[in-house]
Amino acid sequence: MSRNSKAYIAGVYEHPTRKAVEQTIPQLHAESARGALQDAGLTMADVDGYFCAGDAPGLGGLSMAEYMGLDVKYTDSTETGGSSYVVHVGHAVNAIAMGKCSVALITLAGRPRAEGIATLGPRDYGNILPDQGFESPYGPVVTNQYGMAAMRHMYEYGTTSEQLAWVKVAASHHAQHNEHALLRDVVTVEDVVNSPVITDPLHRLDCCVITDGGGALVIVSPEIAKTLGDRCSKILGHGEAIKHLNAGNIDLTYTGAVKSGPIAFAEAGVTQADLDYVSIYDSFTITVLETLEDLGFCEKGQGGKFVSDGNLISGVGKLPFNTDGGGLCNNHPNNRGGITKVIEAVRQLRGEAHPKVQVPDCTLALAHGTGGSIATRMGSSTVILGRNDA
Amino acid sequence: MTQAERTYPEPSINMETEAYWAAAKEGKLILKKCNACGKTHFYPRAICPHCQSSDTQWYDASGKGTIYSYSVMRRGPTPYAIAFVTLEEGVSMMTNIVDCDYDALAVGQAVEVTFRATEGDQALPVFKPAT
Repeated sequence: MSRNSKAYIAGVYEHPTRKAVEQTIPQLHAESARGALQDAGLTMADVDGYFCAGDAPGLGGLSMAEYMGLDVKYTDSTETGGSSYVVHVGHAVNAIAMGKCSVALITLAGRPRAEGIATLGPRDYGNILPDQGFESPYGPVVTNQYGMAAMRHMYEYGTTSEQLAWVKVAASHHAQHNEHALLRDVVTVEDVVNSPVITDPLHRLDCCVITDGGGALVIVSPEIAKTLGDRCSKILGHGEAIKHLNAGNIDLTYTGAVKSGPIAFAEAGVTQADLDYVSIYDSFTITVLETLEDLGFCEKGQGGKFVSDGNLISGVGKLPFNTDGGGLCNNHPNNRGGITKVIEAVRQLRGEAHPKVQVPDCTLALAHGTGGSIATRMGSSTVILGRNDA
Repeated sequence: MTQAERTYPEPSINMETEAYWAAAKEGKLILKKCNACGKTHFYPRAICPHCQSSDTQWYDASGKGTIYSYSVMRRGPTPYAIAFVTLEEGVSMMTNIVDCDYDALAVGQAVEVTFRATEGDQALPVFKPAT
């Protein structure tokens, strides 16, 4: 069948570096942009829309447009943490459908490793932030916030550390084939649960990597996609949501995917069973487990059982995920993994994933981003993509 | 039982929240509720996030609650327990659990408010196992 698509992903690029000692952040953005445009068969001169998030230095897209020599008539700097770039895909589709632009460039880059930025300390957003005084003094960092989500999920549903570990095990099986992956060793459930506890109940191997680098996406109109050949992927559906502490009425056992997922599925006109491959944001193992439940791949609370026994391993399980090794093993550039989720989904749809992890006849794929914190306020975004002939 | 504790950074205080922090200095936990819709919200705001009324009012909380979830940070020089505590008044707040055995904490455990001095001269509401 041939599904309608208002826009296509024509170019993708994942920066190969994992530690950018000799590159600046603008340079990483520009190298990523150049790579994605080359992949698409386009140039900077073709770009008329530019999308970036808070990692772009300077004043939104203004500084980066100048650095890269862009001349654009549409820009969007929506900031939803690591999910920003999945949100941007949806916003680019909207802009293209409205005729505001026809070649949209999305970039991400950063160098936390080279700058020696650990994620242990509380983040300082300044004293105008309304929640600051009620959270910052208590030492919330990324890890212990996700730890609280995992702890509550375990309490309510009996989820175990061993079940969470299966998420990492699956990612490691994929990462062994990725020459750029930061961690390429295959690990076992025992390796994960025997790694040091960082913050209860999360072990070191429940946590994603910290890497430098970046990525870029090029989204084009159907008219331009026709001129670029069959490597263009259809964007069939998109959803986004913000979830927060809801004035103190909290529930840490679900994510914003409960909203973004159904919107994307409805727009694409597909169901969970139709999907051949999924990219699921994996800042931590618990992020994947809750998101899979929220996207409807299993019932709420059954995520632990669902991910067990290799169910997420390509060629082994029923739902191959994160075949690049994901954030858990491959890459989490600038502590923001949304863009790499879209990139690997596109590789799968093109048949350009590593042969050892390529899903045969991959026609429909999903990419999901999570940004901010699963325990406080998060941005969630889901896109459903199709092969050129989907 | 008594363990070394981390130092507590200063909260940022603004016009909307200075009463909360003044009460904390007096050893009291206060909350904000809305006179229009009757609901308590957290963190406290000038405008009710439920109904947008500006008719919001401070009141004394019981200081009692249960642990909704927690996580003991094991990495770093001094372990500490971050938690969300659900107060008797219905709202949940981020906090630390102190004066406790970190290995014996549990979701659902009854806790009560206590206070810790911050690095400046502020007092910070934290919670300890209920007596």
